[in-house]
Amino acid sequence: MSVLIDKSTKAIFQGFTGSQATMHAEQCIEYGTNVVGGVTPNKGGQEHLGKPVFNFVEEAIKETAADTSVIFVPAKFTKSAIIEAAEAGINLIICITEGVPVLDMVDVVNVLKSHPEVRLIGPNCPGVISPGKAKLGIMPASIHLKGTVGIVSRSGTLTYEAVKQTTDAGLGQSTCIGIGGDPVNGTSFIDALEMFENDPQTESIVMVGEIGGSAEEEAAEYIRDNIKKPVVSYIAGVTAPKGKRMGHAGAIISGGKGTAQDKFKALESAGVGVVTDLNLIGSRLKESL
Amino acid sequence: MNLHEYQAKEYFETYDLPVSRRSIITKSSDIDEAIESIDFSNGCVAKVQSHTGGRGKVGGVKLCKSKLEVEKFVEQWLGKKIVTIQTDSGGLPVNIISLEELTDIDKELYMSFVVDRGDKCVAMIVSEAGGMNIEEVAEKTPEKILKAKLNSDYLIEEKEIKVLANSLNFNSEQTDQFSKIVSGCAKLFKDKDLSLLEINPLVIKTDGNLHCLDAKINVDENALYRQEDLLDKRDPTQEDQREYEAKENDLSYVSLDGNIGCMVNGAGLAMGTMDTIKLYDGEPANFLDVGGTATKERVSKAFKLILSDQNVKGILINIFGGIVRCDLIAQGIIDAIKERSVSVPIVVRLQGNKSEEGKSILNDSGLNLIGEDSLQEASKKIVELVK
Repeated sequence: MSVLIDKSTKAIFQGFTGSQATMHAEQCIEYGTNVVGGVTPNKGGQEHLGKPVFNFVEEAIKETAADTSVIFVPAKFTKSAIIEAAEAGINLIICITEGVPVLDMVDVVNVLKSHPEVRLIGPNCPGVISPGKAKLGIMPASIHLKGTVGIVSRSGTLTYEAVKQTTDAGLGQSTCIGIGGDPVNGTSFIDALEMFENDPQTESIVMVGEIGGSAEEEAAEYIRDNIKKPVVSYIAGVTAPKGKRMGHAGAIISGGKGTAQDKFKALESAGVGVVTDLNLIGSRLKESL
Repeated sequence: MNLHEYQAKEYFETYDLPVSRRSIITKSSDIDEAIESIDFSNGCVAKVQSHTGGRGKVGGVKLCKSKLEVEKFVEQWLGKKIVTIQTDSGGLPVNIISLEELTDIDKELYMSFVVDRGDKCVAMIVSEAGGMNIEEVAEKTPEKILKAKLNSDYLIEEKEIKVLANSLNFNSEQTDQFSKIVSGCAKLFKDKDLSLLEINPLVIKTDGNLHCLDAKINVDENALYRQEDLLDKRDPTQEDQREYEAKENDLSYVSLDGNIGCMVNGAGLAMGTMDTIKLYDGEPANFLDVGGTATKERVSKAFKLILSDQNVKGILINIFGGIVRCDLIAQGIIDAIKERSVSVPIVVRLQGNKSEEGKSILNDSGLNLIGEDSLQEASKKIVELVK
């Protein structure tokens, strides 16, 4: 097992023929992921990376039976791309695009309420990988190792950091989920934690958070009541000044709320193994097993 | 992106939200005309226009009863800097002063609209405790904070409006005005892609009417591409000059007080790098995310930004290659160092995509670069080198 994606996943890319999508789709295919085609408006009928290109998601599903879509379209078209995928019948939408207006995401979340079967990951995220099975995202494949740690993170490169340490520790990963750094997103820490708790391959969990909002505090409460597997957590931004947006649209301490210290405290009191040194994620996890 | 209060009030007027008549002074010769264009019979309120709250507490908002008092206020502030609890010690420049007609106030309330991250919607917050720091009110007397979610049409149902109005002790006329203010604000929020709209205080005037005495607007930067009129209202003088320059170059940068410059790919890792430096007793000088496509040009611009901070005594570069290839970054670093003749010590940590190739490019460069494998070692090294 693993969560979200595996060998049976049939994926398309939206914005397939763009340069970023091309580069990453190529690497995903090389990894062994079952990429069955892609969508680029007005380029339907062409072939790209040896896969068929369609004008619409609906058409792509009809021809390829795709169940998952990875979105690489520019930010201004992302809202309509996500909604198109959901309405056409895609079950898992992984949105890599960053810079999506937050009110577009509020609209998307509202539309997805009438599609409860659809799971959206992101936006502004590195994607999802189940090592040895499937990779749908922009993460470097080489640092991953098939194994037992479920990783969920708000940040791309910080996820890679956690991945490398769990690989070096010989534990490997079941699935790594980047939920993205935006204030309004599709999948929360709690959603990912629940999936990992129910996944037999996952034996422990790493949760990487950052300043801003209260998703980590809510996750802490959920972990205390619902998660039996060991959880190790790191929160970035102890040195971040208040009121400044730290790169990610969602990484801001506003009105004194959302500090790393508050998050560490909440997680610690929920029995989570917190590390304040980013370099100790792997070793702390080993200790907790 | 923030707007000045007077700019926010122009938008308020477009959405029929009640604000005071006002005029703008950008040079002292504007004073006569500014006074003439409003009802000055009992004087006016002069307000410093800068992107900070807490202006009143340092004399930046003042009741002026005569032209002489306005002249004094303008002389005191125009072209000077305002330092409040919300600014840093350098303060913000004052290039604009607004004069507003007087408002007779009976009661001060609070109203704001924000993106509610937890509920993934836009929410309205109202409180009878106006004119105060709302975070403090929420902390000490949470029962005074009322919250309502906007539905997918950016509306609050009439029933809910009535319940809120009742809690705020509004009469029926005030309830109607309240309802109009709520729908006007909600529409403005949606139309202009705001991330915050705050009226603090929303006042009940002595004649019983509701009135927006202050107006604060923040705009979602991601949506500026479709808000051209707002883009024109950006005031770079109110932003940290390095942060503004970074934005212009599509880099994400925040100034800090330390002496170790940081260049990192990815926002989370950039924060993680700052925290690691601090953990090993160093002080980061900045947050800087060079982004996913860290080309030579971007790295070069990043160096320029970091080195424009006189406090920087050393630089830590931390790249975990996902999208970016470390060999390209390494070449970019070398080219940029040569181009800018960087003299401070530089520690580079490369990991991920083509990191081995990257490291050998750095080692063969003959430059004073220290390559490290782990962030831990790299952080220790740079802390030691700047001592």
